[in-house]
Amino acid sequence: MNIHEYQAKEILKGYGVTIQEGIVADTPGAALEAAKELNKQTGTSWYVVKAQIHAGGRGKGKINETGSNGVVLAKSLEEVAPKSEAILGGTLVTHQTGPEGKKVSKVLIAQDVYYPGDSEPKEYYLSILLDRAKGCNVIMASTEGGMDIETVAEETPEKIVKEWIDPAIGLQGFQARKVAFALGLEGEAFKGMVKFIYALYNAYLGTDASQFEINPVLKTSDNKILAVDAKVNLDDNALYRHKNLAELRDISEEDPLEVEAGESGLNYVKLDGNVGCMVNGAGLAMATMDIIKLSGGEPANFLDVGGGANAQTVEAGFRIILKDPNVKAILINIFGGIVRCDRVANGVVEAYKNIGEINVPIIVRLQGTNAEEGAKIIDESGLKVVSAVVLKDAAQKVKEVLA
Amino acid sequence: MSVLVNKNSKIIVQGFTGSEGTFHASQMIEYGSNVVGGVTPGKGGQTHLDKPVFNTVKEAVEAVGADTTIIFVPPAFAADAIMEAADAGIKVIITITEGIPVKDMMVAKPYAKSKGATLIGPNCPGVITPEEAKVGIMPGFVFKKGNVGIVSKSGTLTYEAADQVVKAGLGITTAIGIGGDPIIGTSTKEAVQLLMNDPETEAIVMIGEIGGNYEAEAARWVKENGNKKPVVGFIAGQTAPPGRRMGHAGAIIGGADDTAEAKMKIMAENGIHVVKSPADIGETIKKALA
Repeated sequence: MNIHEYQAKEILKGYGVTIQEGIVADTPGAALEAAKELNKQTGTSWYVVKAQIHAGGRGKGKINETGSNGVVLAKSLEEVAPKSEAILGGTLVTHQTGPEGKKVSKVLIAQDVYYPGDSEPKEYYLSILLDRAKGCNVIMASTEGGMDIETVAEETPEKIVKEWIDPAIGLQGFQARKVAFALGLEGEAFKGMVKFIYALYNAYLGTDASQFEINPVLKTSDNKILAVDAKVNLDDNALYRHKNLAELRDISEEDPLEVEAGESGLNYVKLDGNVGCMVNGAGLAMATMDIIKLSGGEPANFLDVGGGANAQTVEAGFRIILKDPNVKAILINIFGGIVRCDRVANGVVEAYKNIGEINVPIIVRLQGTNAEEGAKIIDESGLKVVSAVVLKDAAQKVKEVLA
Repeated sequence: MSVLVNKNSKIIVQGFTGSEGTFHASQMIEYGSNVVGGVTPGKGGQTHLDKPVFNTVKEAVEAVGADTTIIFVPPAFAADAIMEAADAGIKVIITITEGIPVKDMMVAKPYAKSKGATLIGPNCPGVITPEEAKVGIMPGFVFKKGNVGIVSKSGTLTYEAADQVVKAGLGITTAIGIGGDPIIGTSTKEAVQLLMNDPETEAIVMIGEIGGNYEAEAARWVKENGNKKPVVGFIAGQTAPPGRRMGHAGAIIGGADDTAEAKMKIMAENGIHVVKSPADIGETIKKALA
């Protein structure tokens, strides 16, 4: 699960991670009040207005309606409300949102932390994530703060340091020191970074996170270490033991069809293609999408109806897929193991009749237990449904209906 | 021969008396698997499906000599169940449970290894050696005996592959569902190694999906090992968008190496017969063996 920057920072702060302070607001008026309060708390007189969406690249991204960037600096209290107004309610397009962008309903009013002082402020990159190959967490750090880490990895991989953490013993002091030294820090800033890494790791473990990316981590001109941004992904499978974190879910950030599917217990991902599909099992669902592509179509979705494909789940699946206006055909691909194909076929017929008029061709491929009986039920139903048993045959039929 | 499970496996079911455990244990017994009992803490001493129920895995090992377990315990308690089995000396631990937190698996996996156990899964359909033992949730009738080994991250796609292998006139030695989670006990490479070293297995079907580096690692090993047996490979998710989780917790494209395209390229470079369409698995394995 993804959460917003303001939520992530609040969590980090709770674990003793030093952050760029800020207050979230959902109207220009509230933004001004937030700025005033922030001035009282931190003494800052410049304010950073940051759009809160689940996507990176906000600083360079643009609000469609106003042309404002997603992250802007207000150099006085007077500028806070108008600059917030230019972001709130707008659609922010960044390189990560796709051309349709994301609607902004909240801004974070944050303190300015790039103030001048004894030394130059310097940005770093720090993340903690799961290394799947090694089966443990890894801390990744780089002196190239503010840059996309993929770009750094490609162009100057020597500038990334990695420290793997043994899950049995946890993060050790020497490891945190190693990372802080590798970043070229000394004195107060070094000590601050060691503490920062420790606190961050504790937050990562404590929240059952799957990724923390702090980009940038800032060394301020007075040698403090602060998280200026925070991208946090939480392990969905562990949310059951973090009720408070589960509540941070922002449904408005998700595709409404995906939310609806989730409520019906279906695993659905919306895609851009023209052939919808409904499959039992995630691997076979992906493979079915691939078949659609090889047959000359483009998959409109990923949809795993799970082990117990019955009339109810099939109907829910139909309704979700049919809400996508791009869908020109639907391929149902069920490998009946424990689930018998004749029962699935009856489910399809029943669901079809419940919905009424379906205007796109449907290909039903049933394989496994009682596959032939299933195909017979489909063929004799009188509905505009084509049946197939072999996967190759199903692919061919997709080709035919698209032609 | 076969790998991991056979007619002599003494199988227990952890989470035996729950609904999933009960349903699949009875299917396994019906298939002919040698189920010697089950474990449900607090229900020790009872009899379930005509088999003894034990409070702990240790008791099951001592009383009936269990050496293989299949775990249906809910996600919150599954890592603990894995470690209990490993601690009791169980050698093959097959974990069906889907939804175990990554943090738990990070501890359970090395623990099982330290006790000398082979962990399969989690989030997998299990392992089947046709006509000998089904230790999983797969439809047994699809898997006919033969000389093709199957390794797969996915459930229904494994059944699909097995079905095609059988329809091509061949059969299966052992099919290993390794699971679709980010951390799994046995990697694609390790499962392929088992089958490569099995004298009865003459060819291998290796089915992967987007996310992680397991298939590339396996492919490189196959070549290093001298491509001793033909391997047919398929990667599901050629059309999956980056950054989206496709059902399985581990099926997500995080970087360029995670894509189906990248994996299939490495597989082809290492002498694996890569099929672009999952409908071609059967024919390709038949040709590879001809």
